[in-house]
Amino acid sequence: MKKDIILCGVGGQGILSIATIIGEAATKAGLYLKQAEVHGMSQRGGDVQSNLRLSTEPIWSDLIAEGGADLIISMEPMEAMRYLAYLNKEGRIVTSSKPFVNIPNYPDEEALQSELDTLPSIKLDIETVAKDCGNPRGANMVLLGMAAPIIGILSVENLREAIATVFARKGEQVVEANLKAFDAGVKAGT
Amino acid sequence: MKKLLLGDEAIALGAINAGLSGVYAYPGTPSTEITEYIQNHPLAKERGIHSRWCTNEKTAMEAALGMSYAGKRALVCMKHVGMNVCADAFINSAITGVKGGLIVLAADDPSMHSSQNEQDSRFYAKFALVPCLEPSNQQEAYDMMAYGFDLSEKLGEPIVLRVVTRLAHSRAAVEVTEPMAEKHLSPSTDQWVLLPGIARKKYVKLIEKQDAMKQASAESPFNKTEMSPVKLGILACGIAYNYVKESLGTDANLVKISQYPLPEDKIKALAEKCDELLVIEDGQPVVEELVKGILGAGYPVKGRLTGDLPRTGELTPDNVAKALGKANGAVFVPAKNMAARPPQLCQGCGHRDVYTALNQVLADYPDHRVFGDIGCYTLGALPPFQALSSCVDMGASITMAKGAADAGLFPAVAIIGDSTFTHSGMTGLLDAVNDKSNITVVISDNLTTGMTGGQDSAGTNKYEAICLGLGVELEHVRVVVPLPKNMPEITRVIKEEIEYKGVSVIIPRRECIQTFARHARAKKQ
Repeated sequence: MKKDIILCGVGGQGILSIATIIGEAATKAGLYLKQAEVHGMSQRGGDVQSNLRLSTEPIWSDLIAEGGADLIISMEPMEAMRYLAYLNKEGRIVTSSKPFVNIPNYPDEEALQSELDTLPSIKLDIETVAKDCGNPRGANMVLLGMAAPIIGILSVENLREAIATVFARKGEQVVEANLKAFDAGVKAGT
Repeated sequence: MKKLLLGDEAIALGAINAGLSGVYAYPGTPSTEITEYIQNHPLAKERGIHSRWCTNEKTAMEAALGMSYAGKRALVCMKHVGMNVCADAFINSAITGVKGGLIVLAADDPSMHSSQNEQDSRFYAKFALVPCLEPSNQQEAYDMMAYGFDLSEKLGEPIVLRVVTRLAHSRAAVEVTEPMAEKHLSPSTDQWVLLPGIARKKYVKLIEKQDAMKQASAESPFNKTEMSPVKLGILACGIAYNYVKESLGTDANLVKISQYPLPEDKIKALAEKCDELLVIEDGQPVVEELVKGILGAGYPVKGRLTGDLPRTGELTPDNVAKALGKANGAVFVPAKNMAARPPQLCQGCGHRDVYTALNQVLADYPDHRVFGDIGCYTLGALPPFQALSSCVDMGASITMAKGAADAGLFPAVAIIGDSTFTHSGMTGLLDAVNDKSNITVVISDNLTTGMTGGQDSAGTNKYEAICLGLGVELEHVRVVVPLPKNMPEITRVIKEEIEYKGVSVIIPRRECIQTFARHARAKKQ
């Protein structure tokens, strides 16, 4: 079994933390993993993405092929659609519904939302959900929670354990706050 | 033990565990994480492995060569264009030879994710007549460090290790070995004084070593042949191997190339069994050109030069699959509601205030030009500022402004960051002072090397002293704090210095907001 995932968003939104947690869970579960990241210039408020490949068999390429991704997980609705060429026939999109507008020519929001609705996507205002559960900086954990039941090759419990491991050095409170945001995402996504 | 590591981290840990004594580097994407990993590694701290950032790639290369001379293992890291900066030292290190193992790590950036060109560092290895290693994955990157240091000491020559962005910045599990002790050889007793009479003899020695280098490639565990009953033969260099395997699995008829000089016998043997060869390499068509020479004009060789693969840009699973006749393809049509989202200066960044002030003053000078440089502030070329006329290489802002001023252009303004100024701007400023050039230099000082993630900047707290020492007049070294509330003062200072007929330096100084936030968080904890 294999899962090819594109994680995307705008530089600074915390997609690399999501990647770290999935990476930790995959390693613990004994899966093969390759994860190509974007560092450097694009991290300054530009579009960023990470190719995450998980498999029970050895993986060759660090990059996902066109038409190959099982899942796009996005912190931003327009960014979710930037990588459509990579989504496969049965592929799904899990995205934040809230636009991050830092460019003058951002598309019409209504048109953008309706186009997203024509695609195999689920979307959620993850920032509001994160705020509601008392962790305004945990929107990325809400998003990961939404995607968790769809990832398939890892269980929801695998990911919860990985969150605990990754945030352990920041203290029990941070772990709890992130798990709460994650659980809220799982609930909203199912 | 398995560890999940970035390609860069695999290189760093491989080096530490191979008995490294010092890493010398200037930050540059995609190579920066190697040195950072060593700086933060407990064993490296315990052993006191040198890992402080250098002023530029040339000082790094020379210091590493000095460490090798003294009998220890040294690593020098840079992005591909850093090879241009250290080329003098690098090429001549092949003539002197080395004592302690010396690996020159060049991180190439095909597709220019964070760079201004696609130059291929394998050319440099060939130019200097030294071996080049090109890992195909994170494990090989790790393994090649111990292998490379051994090979370097055996041949008495530096080894180039070339990676590309996609390997440098991709994570995978790596089988990690036990750390070796640091290597302590005695200092070199060879002749290293490259006077012409001595250099001629040393050059002959380097030529004589070429057979041993070819032999090492022929026997290399990283070069291998895989056969299947297919008519097309493939030469897969570095990470190209992964894309070929992704497409063809075991149905590939190929030679995997991860060590140079080229394993000629393997290539000839493959060519004999096939009707044609397809060369798949990331970067420039280095191997494609060489193979034509090896096989002769009649043998069909395909690759980037023949259009079977794109002439520019990095390899992808898609363009490799297409060259192999196995097209991948998009299922969904591209989104209609889409816009480009280029990187931009952070909100609250001091460079923003500098550009606001510059644009305001220069609006009164229709013939003005602003010569830019390499760093976050290069983003001042994009909207909303659109303030720059050029950005060429590290330090070129000052010297190009000088040349333009020599030609009569006025006002000629240079803008350069603090780290870039100490990297390659100081010598150009001395030229301008000696010529009394009519230029205005803005050193936008954010107290860090910002673009690559906030590494220490070599000249912090020394900029006024450096400018005065180079001969800029005291009354024309002006310091301002780039904040919106200071706009009247900043614009007045810029206007005064543009009107001064000579070299003036304006230093807007305010800490990078990214490092400022990081320092604030660290304090809180």
